[in-house]
This record gives sequence, structure tokens and C-alpha cells, in this order.
Amino acid sequence: MERRATFRAPLLPWLLVLPQLLIVFVFFYWPSGEAFRWAFTLEQPWGGGREWVGWQNFLEIFVSTHYWASVRVSMIYAFGTSALAIVIALLLALFIDREVRGSRGWRVALIWPYAVAAPAIGMIFRFVFDARAGVFSLLNAVSPGFWDPSMNGTHAMVMLIFAGSWQLIAYNFVFFLAGLQSIPRPLTEAAAMDGAGPLRRMRDIQVPLLAPTFFFLVVINLTDSFTNSFGLVDIMTGGGPARATDIMVYKIYSDGFKGLDYSGAAAQSVILMLLVVALTFIQFRFVERKMRYR
Amino acid sequence: MSAIDLIGVRKDYGSQTAIHGIDLALPEGAFIVILGPSGCGKSTLLRMVAGLETITAGELRIGGHRMNEREPKDRGCAMVFQNYALYPHMTVAENIGYPLKVAGMRRAERQARVAEVAASLELGALLGRRPGELSGGQRQRVAMGRAMVRQPRVFLYDEPLSNLDARLRVQMRLELRRLHEKLGATSVLVTHDQQEGMTLADHLVVMKDGRVEQAGTPREVYSRPASLFVAGFLGSPSMNLLPAEVLEGGDTLRLAGGHLVRLAEPLAERGRVTLGIRPEHVTTGGLPARVEMVEDLGASVLVHAQLEGGAAIAFHSPAEAAPARGEELGLGLPPARLHLFDPTTGRRLAAVARAESAHRGLDFPVA
Ligand SMILES: Nc1ncnc2c1ncn2[C@@H]1O[C@H](COP(=O)(O)OP(=O)(O)O)[C@@H](O)[C@H]1O
Ligand SMILES: [Mg+2]
Repeated sequence: MERRATFRAPLLPWLLVLPQLLIVFVFFYWPSGEAFRWAFTLEQPWGGGREWVGWQNFLEIFVSTHYWASVRVSMIYAFGTSALAIVIALLLALFIDREVRGSRGWRVALIWPYAVAAPAIGMIFRFVFDARAGVFSLLNAVSPGFWDPSMNGTHAMVMLIFAGSWQLIAYNFVFFLAGLQSIPRPLTEAAAMDGAGPLRRMRDIQVPLLAPTFFFLVVINLTDSFTNSFGLVDIMTGGGPARATDIMVYKIYSDGFKGLDYSGAAAQSVILMLLVVALTFIQFRFVERKMRYR
Repeated sequence: MSAIDLIGVRKDYGSQTAIHGIDLALPEGAFIVILGPSGCGKSTLLRMVAGLETITAGELRIGGHRMNEREPKDRGCAMVFQNYALYPHMTVAENIGYPLKVAGMRRAERQARVAEVAASLELGALLGRRPGELSGGQRQRVAMGRAMVRQPRVFLYDEPLSNLDARLRVQMRLELRRLHEKLGATSVLVTHDQQEGMTLADHLVVMKDGRVEQAGTPREVYSRPASLFVAGFLGSPSMNLLPAEVLEGGDTLRLAGGHLVRLAEPLAERGRVTLGIRPEHVTTGGLPARVEMVEDLGASVLVHAQLEGGAAIAFHSPAEAAPARGEELGLGLPPARLHLFDPTTGRRLAAVARAESAHRGLDFPVA
């Protein structure tokens, strides 16, 4: 039976979706449209007058060494976070798959970290990695300068990557576990009969069959790291020390709202948007289509 | 000598017992078929032999050595799964060669061996394909190849033919049998298809509810079923089962309609029994029956009739001499062909099938 509502009045369906459409319009299309407009104009900080300047904002960005430094740290953060989150989630899922079969309770419990707001995670990890408290203060006492994310850019980046991947691990784990449980049991049993031990089976059978899940998660993790990392950076490092964690979303915020360069920030946000669109395109075009076995 | 010995082997899943202490000795080099209805524990038994399930109690020996604690790969068994379980991301050649690769065989040697096995299964042209690009019968052969390539002592098959269509199934059945002759290893095949069991087996094991009902050659099991269950499960159409009563003296039965049936040998039991006779053994005689339905099987017809007293009976008749619906006729139950069972325990009662009594044939004194 087809489950499909039919409406007599042609207006009613539109009215029903109107609230959703309004929300999407007000919080997505309108700001995005404005961002595009601002990116090609020059806005006076104190209001009044807006001037069409063409590609000038973009040219200024592309010659800025700060901008390229920001792109670089964004890439380090995104790839570092995604790699760590995927590898750890995959290992957890592989080992738990051997014990837990189809337990829904586990999945719910393990997806919670993903639902925790980034600033809250940021606060917790700031305390965990604080150079003047806990384990790290002891280590610093033994060997001064061993760990200080407020002074050392590399330390700050490592701290951010840990916090960011902690959240993504939960998400990735759920997908990997679901993927593993959808691999027919006889396949791993056949490999066991063929003489492969547990690690060999993971390498030869389970991991290759997880390839579709793997590529899906790479794209999702990268997108997430590029866009959703603002909360973490703002709480934990504020982009410092010395711009070492000034990743693209955070730079957009600080240029626009602290430096009051709306036009430059708008141009940067357009570039970031295009990057995300490109990743999404890759996801749909290649990953979803190609990575299928039968 | 036996290839596989099961000594009091039991399997519990939590509080549920799937296999209740089975004792079996499976002969070396034989084609063994484990037959039983769905859920009776056949797969569990096979998987315990393979090492894919732990053994709760008892001992498993392969080639005389205790195997309970050994890993699957150390048991010298290869297995063909119901859905073939081919690795979907590997080509046919990689699938067949995988056991050798895991064993660390060098590439050139491995390829030669794979080519040899593939040739024997007529898979030579398909070596570069993925399992997704093969037909059911081809997948079946690849699964066979993967099992053969390590030259195991024992082949285990879990319902290997159940996913094929009827014609291919018969063809693959022959192929399995031919392969068995060629390889000379011991084969153990699990199936719920009684015809498959009858045609493939040298040694047939019939299971029910986690217990062995009967084991022997298919001929033995078919002609002397040890229980009502085996009698009904083997043969298609299945054996006629009629309620009867043993009269004083023990050599005469009274059927529900009051008619008497002479036995070849006297029974020790008195009272109620179940009388069994296969449809192909019913002859003409003095037992009145009325034809209810006639099924055309092509080569012959199967007649469903009702005996006086209400019991149903089916029998074969040549297509040319097929009776019409509603026709009254007289049936004969040759004493040598009768099987007798205890209706409460289901066990076989006495040896009645003796060749020398066959000639005594058809006398049915009507009461
Ligand atoms: N993993 C399991 N957990 C619990 N019960 C099981 C499991 N596997 C099989 N069983 C039970 O054991 C019995 C025998 O199953 P199985 O060996 O698969 O039967 P068959 O292959 O003869 O159809 C069934 O009652 C089934 O429900
Ligand atoms: Mg089964």
C-alpha cells in the first residue's frame, strides 16, 4: 500500500512546510546570500555606504600570509582529527564487534559524546590538558616545559585534535560497528576455516569490506572539522598561541567580529563554503556511487 | 576406521540444549549425509566439527585425535557454506588462493595450484571475475575450489545446494558426488532434503531435536526405519501410517475398519500399534478402499484412497491402469513390506521384513 497523503486544497501542503522553509531561509539562504554580497562589497565599520569592489576582498585574502597560515593549520587540524578519530573508532569497533552482537544500548551510550556541545567539551579538555593542574603539572615539575599549550603552538594543536577527535570517535564508532555487523558472519567464519587468525581476518576481510563506511566517514569528519571546530577553538585556545590554532572558521569570526572587517570575513566564509560544497560533492559523486560491493 | 568420532557430544546455548549427547562414528572416505528437519541441530553439529562452535561436553576426534580445543584451521577440515561465503572484494582466483596465501605459500606456486583447481572445476575462464558477477552454480563451484585447494582430509557442507534452482541442484548433486570420488576425502553434508540425503549418502545420519534417530546406509534406513519419525521423513510420498491393534497370538492385526492383516512373524506386543507401508509396496488384494483423488506424477499416478474405517492410504499405480475418482477397489498389504511402530514412543517394534516371507503375499481374511 502506498503511504502518501493527498491534499484537496493545493495551499495546505505549502502551509504545512512553511515553518521549515522559513527557518531554512532565515538561518541559511539569507545569511549565505548576504555573505556573498558582502564578499564583493566593502562595508564601512560604522555603518553607512557600501561599495562594490569586485574580487578585491578575495585578492587581499589570497596575498595575506596570515590567511595561508590559517589554511595550513586548518588542514593540520582537519586531517589530524579525522585520522585519529577514524583509526581509534575503527579499532574500538573491530574489538567490540567480536564480543557485542547487535546491542542497541551500547550504540546509544556511545553516541552521547557527539551530542555534547563543543564548548562544554572544550571546557573539560581545557582542564584535562591544563599545564598547571593534574597530571601535566606533575610532568612539568619533573621536566619543565614538557607540556604547555598556552605557550607552545604544537601543544595547543595536539590538545585541539584530541578534543575534536574525542567527539568524532563516538560518531565514527557507531558507523563502523554497524558496518561490521552488516558483514555476513559466514565471511569471517570462512576466513577462519581458511586459516586466518583474528587479526588477519580484520586486515583481509573486515577492513576492506568497510571501505564504503570508511570513505563516508573521511568526508564527514573533514567537513565537520572544517566547520564545527569553532566552539573548541574559542574556549580552549582563542586561536593562539601566536595564531598556531587560528583555523579558518575561527579566523572568520575574529576578523569579522573582533577586527570588524566584515567584507574580508564574508569572503573567507564564501571560500570555506565552497570547500565544504566540494567535499559534499565528492561524497555524493564518488563515494556513494562507487563504493558498493554487490 | 572412522574419520570423525563424536563421543557424547553436547551443545548448550544458555539454558537451551541444541545437541543432546550424540555418539557417532563417521567412516573414513565415505560421503556422509546428516539429514533432519530445520532446527534439529544439523548445522550446530557440523559447526562443532569445524570448530566454529565450542563443544559444551563430550569429545570430538578427527583422524583419532582429540579436536575440542583446536582452532578451525588446525582440524584439517574445509567448509562450504550455505550462501557460499565468497569474499566479495576478491576475484575468483584470490578467493580460491586465499587459504594458500594465509598459509604463506609463494605467489608463483600459489597461482599454479589455483589454476589447477580452477581447471578441474571448469572455472578457468572466470578467474578474474568477482563473486558478484557469477551465477549461483558458478559461485558454488568457486566455494568448492576454495575448500579443495588446501587438500583437506574432511569436507564439510552446510546445505550447499539449497540456494540453487531445482535443475541445477540435481546437476550439482552429481558433481559433488563425482568430486568426492575423485578427491577420496571424507565428506560430511548437512541437508533437510531427504531426496538429497538418499541419493548422495554412503552413510546416512537422521537427526531430530538434537538427537540421532538412526544411522546407516540409505538403503538400511529406508527399508528398516527405526522410528515413526524416520519412516515419515524419508521417502516421497511418505509412508502410509495406519492405526491397528495386535490380536491374541501376535501374528494378526486388526485395522480400524475391522479388517485383519496377517504379519510375517508374530509380535511380542499386544494392544495398539502403528502399521506402516510405503506407497510403492501396496498391492491389490482384499482390503476394500475408495479412491478419493488421483495425482498424475507423469511416469505413474499416485492414488489417494480411504480404507473402510476412515484411514487414508496412498499408493502408486501405472498411469495406464489409473483408477477413477470414487472407484471402489481392493488393496493388499504384503506382510514382508510392513513396518510396525509403538504409537506412543514411536520406536520400531519387530523385524517383520524378511525376504523368505515375501512369497506368502496376499491373503486378507475379511472379518
Ligand atoms: N547461536 C545460537 N544461539 C542460540 N540458539 C541457537 C544458536 N544457533 C542455533 N541455535 C538453536 O539450536 C537449534 C539447532 O539449530 P541449527 O543447528 O541451526 O539447526 P538446523 O541447521 O538443523 O536447521 C535451534 O533450535 C536453534 O534455535
Ligand atoms: Mg542449518
